[in-house]
Amino acid sequence: MLTTMTVTTPGRGPLRRLGGHVRRVADAVATPLLPQDYLDLIAPLHGSVLRGRIESVHPETRDAVTLVIRPGRGWVEHRPGQYIRIGVDVDGVRLWRAYSLTSPPATGATVSITVKAIADGVVSSHLVRRARPGMIVGLDPPTGDFTLPLRRPAKLLFITAGSGITPVMGMLRSHLDELDDVIHVHAAPRREDVIFGGELRALARAGRLELIEHHDDTDGLLSTERLSALVPDLREREAWACGPAGLLATLESFYDTAGIADRLHTERFRPTILATGAGGSVTFTRQGTTVQGPGDVPLLSVGEGAGVLMPSGCRMGICFGCVVPLAEGTVRDLRSGALTHAAPGDNVQIQTCISAAAGPCRIDL
Amino acid sequence: MTVLQKKAINPVAHLSAEDIENLGVELDAIREQIIASRGERDAAYIRGLIKTQRTLELGSRAVLLASLLPPAWLAGTAGLTIAKILENMEIGHNVMHGQWDWMRDPAIHSTSWEWDNASPAAQWKHSHNELHHTYTNVIGRDNDLGYGIMRVDEDQRWRPFYLAQPLWNLINACFFEYGIAAYDLELGLNLTKRRRRDPEFRARAAQVLTKIKAQVKKDYVVHPLLSGPSAPTTLVANLTANLLRNLWTHSVIMCGHFPEGVETFSRRSIEGETRGEWYLRQMLGSANISGSDLLHLMAGNLSFQIEHHLFPDLPSNRYKEIAPKIEDIFARYGLTYTTGSLPRQVASAWSKVIRLSLPNGFLDEVTEQPLATVTRLARTVAPAPRREPVAAAA
Repeated sequence: MLTTMTVTTPGRGPLRRLGGHVRRVADAVATPLLPQDYLDLIAPLHGSVLRGRIESVHPETRDAVTLVIRPGRGWVEHRPGQYIRIGVDVDGVRLWRAYSLTSPPATGATVSITVKAIADGVVSSHLVRRARPGMIVGLDPPTGDFTLPLRRPAKLLFITAGSGITPVMGMLRSHLDELDDVIHVHAAPRREDVIFGGELRALARAGRLELIEHHDDTDGLLSTERLSALVPDLREREAWACGPAGLLATLESFYDTAGIADRLHTERFRPTILATGAGGSVTFTRQGTTVQGPGDVPLLSVGEGAGVLMPSGCRMGICFGCVVPLAEGTVRDLRSGALTHAAPGDNVQIQTCISAAAGPCRIDL
Repeated sequence: MTVLQKKAINPVAHLSAEDIENLGVELDAIREQIIASRGERDAAYIRGLIKTQRTLELGSRAVLLASLLPPAWLAGTAGLTIAKILENMEIGHNVMHGQWDWMRDPAIHSTSWEWDNASPAAQWKHSHNELHHTYTNVIGRDNDLGYGIMRVDEDQRWRPFYLAQPLWNLINACFFEYGIAAYDLELGLNLTKRRRRDPEFRARAAQVLTKIKAQVKKDYVVHPLLSGPSAPTTLVANLTANLLRNLWTHSVIMCGHFPEGVETFSRRSIEGETRGEWYLRQMLGSANISGSDLLHLMAGNLSFQIEHHLFPDLPSNRYKEIAPKIEDIFARYGLTYTTGSLPRQVASAWSKVIRLSLPNGFLDEVTEQPLATVTRLARTVAPAPRREPVAAAA
């Protein structure tokens, strides 16, 4: 690295020095703000933070839309199956949620996500009803491990339900040419509720994958018995599954019992809350705010509700983007019930998105 | 004994402990109503204002590049003065109060904001939000009272030093941003030899110097140099804008707690203070300025000082809306809602500064003025009618 830094082609050195001078002058002129703060006024996609502009909105079903987004400076190309976090202002409050990318990476300057309005989903309902072309949204770069390996498996099985289709759609749109034998089992309440129904059926008709639609309203909930009957060679297939927590839990125990747990790859949109208990008062020491933290609400939500600037990420305990020091107190891992205790001065790093107060605690924020 | 109790007529003698707690409940209900209704409209207001302010500042500085031409100098200086006032008052002061933290926008948040002022945000937040807003008008605890260089209450012992306090006040007004920085550092107190060696003080002093250096370099070196032949006139323009901003902010802030009719409190009087009593102290210790929407905007809505002191973290654009409800509470509880036009309040504050520069009773007829106000109001209204508090929003 050092050599590439010092070896410069003739003519670039002075230019770079000039650039440095210009930047220093711009900094001196803009203080106490940054030059980027002024740039944000005219070019929000080229400002200080990664943002995106909604280019178009396409209805998919009666409660789902696809948003085509043009990401600004700072974007990195994604791998199909990965998700992004998108930040939107709902009633004036910036809220972040994770959505899988449904477009292939190479579609040039835009990417797409598909959002299904869920019953109590503040952000999803807002996006489905109010997203319009021209809207600026906050973005986080793509992340996630729910992707196909470089050596593509010979036989694949996708198991999806509801909006769980979205990461898989990203994979199908990008990789289907490289995959020989694909069975896709998709569950939705009714035929008309299937997101990307038309596109999936067209792919099936063209013989590019075998599509098995399961409609809960007529067929009942998708069971592992039914799945085994639908896919007789299930054990030979590398499986990727995404859908509601209940379905994924069932699949995981089924694969576990069958001794082929390594064949199943899953993607969750929300953490599974299993363990709750009594909460406690939560103090954000630097902000000087103290609020009551219920035993079943992640500290991330507690802090956000109190107007504290909480770092956040996937909101399901995977990405460690929300880690902050617990100065003192006890918190409970909502997934396992495990307690983490910090004596004064310990500053134990905790994930706020899956930890709830288990007694009074002080967070160094 | 509280300062209030020493007055010939105690303005709160007619209120029972229960009245004061009811007062607290009513004010809490108003607060909850605003919190429950904060939303898109408010967010659009602050974002629009920040955008306008930054555009105005950029535009004015661009015009000042040609400040050799008198019309450009005038327009640029006027624009920059307004931009600096908006930045300090309606934007900076209020953002640093956490009034917009609920939006969860890292770019408009009390923990990340830095303002166009000599005092670093972190130090200002401590001395202003924590000390002044907690110990409002408590003599010996609230350094905003006279900024440590002035006598602002009859109860402060007179010393010959105070004879010159009208002059101190004028100098402080002209260099107000540096006055604030020095005061946030508690410079007066920290000038003793032992304190000066304290590493914590030295670190804070270094922060202030770094900030001042950047501010001075921007306004008095880089911008003038960028103006080329207009360098001297741009320098004068920036000096003028800073001076006018200082005079304006000093005047507005002086109107908040100095005019006649504003009460002060002794250290002992706030021991074991309840929520209701805290509210009551804020009500009696602040004064408003009446005027147009433009005045309120330029004053950073500190013209609603009473509302601001009751609810320092509610968005400033909502103070006007709750002011009639607050005034109604004052009336129903038999308290004085101190307000007046800007010239009147500025004159009132200055006359207090001048009066208290002399020993007590030196100007007898003026001294009686606040007591007259209280007499007029005491017990003229029925005490605390019971009103069902609006159910606190969940």
